[in-house]
Amino acid sequence: MVLVVGAGRVGAAVAKSSLAAGYTVSVLDEDPLSHERLDAGQATSWEDSGGRFTVGTAIEIDALLAAGIAEADVFIAATRGDNTNLLVAQIAQKRFNVDHVIVRVLDPARSDWYAEQGLHTICAVKLGIAMFEKAILDITS
Amino acid sequence: MYVIVVGGGKVGLNLARELIRNGQEVTLIEGERRAYLRIEQELEHAIQYGDGTELWVLERAGIQRADLVVAVTGDDEDNILICQVAKEKYLCERIIARCNNPRNLQHFKLLGVQPAVSATDLILNLIEHEVPGHGLVHLLDLPDEKLEIIEVEVTDGAPAAGRAVCDIDLPDGSLIISVLPSGRAGFVPKGDTVINPGDEVLVVLDPGLEPHITAQFAPNGRVG
Repeated sequence: MVLVVGAGRVGAAVAKSSLAAGYTVSVLDEDPLSHERLDAGQATSWEDSGGRFTVGTAIEIDALLAAGIAEADVFIAATRGDNTNLLVAQIAQKRFNVDHVIVRVLDPARSDWYAEQGLHTICAVKLGIAMFEKAILDITS
Repeated sequence: MYVIVVGGGKVGLNLARELIRNGQEVTLIEGERRAYLRIEQELEHAIQYGDGTELWVLERAGIQRADLVVAVTGDDEDNILICQVAKEKYLCERIIARCNNPRNLQHFKLLGVQPAVSATDLILNLIEHEVPGHGLVHLLDLPDEKLEIIEVEVTDGAPAAGRAVCDIDLPDGSLIISVLPSGRAGFVPKGDTVINPGDEVLVVLDPGLEPHITAQFAPNGRVG
């Protein structure tokens, strides 16, 4: 089971593609309206397609339990806050012993350091910087 | 001592002020521009602007040589992560974190961010101090060591009143460590020290022995 915390652009897209790929998917977000992102562009609603959705705050243990963290094999921390993601990812890893924890971190420096500590971090900012650098190099060479 | 305080709200600003007044070297870090500019008028070079959860901001403040990092922002995630990197990345020996929501205390503990100070818990402890449950007051709880230190006032007619320390029937796992007679200086008792009604005694004990202590010193339950 894949648990996605944060149904923003990144979280909702990853949740939808995971569901389409045949995984059981549960999404947790504090904003009930974020559910609309999960339905957008789909023929059937998120729940009708087999998805789960829970309204709750990421770092509340009760919310994580309601969203099914105890059964999660993959945990994805994709809220808009780096600090929330880094904390909730460590809760998933150290308290609930989720096998695979993947964290979205925008700050490159902390993405690197937490990766050294054993978290699987994904830093879109770092990827973006590298693409810009390559684009400039391609133009000037 | 060099202290970095992250968060320039009421707690952080007053903390920084007091530490500076006591002669400590302090850097306060505040991430909100207007608050920073206001505080800069007063603290001048002792405040820096920036997001205290970012590594370069902490490094600019000199976290490598900090003796103590205090994270007192209004955001528990921030406080936890600031203290975590201070301790694990920069090997800062002492950290103190503010816990805004007591429900998050478990997360501070999970990540080894200790001590975590919760205003709610402090007030609850004060209420317990003012309205003790067993006629005794918890002075110090050491949950990891499984020890407590309590204070109890000896009531008239209590089994312990008028007896020497060695004759008081205390359960295993408890020990009288101080006697505080009213109006006189406290002292560490010997076996033949007599405990009088009105004395306050400090007892170190294993958690859960409170009812036995109450039975010896204040069976008629001085409450309030």
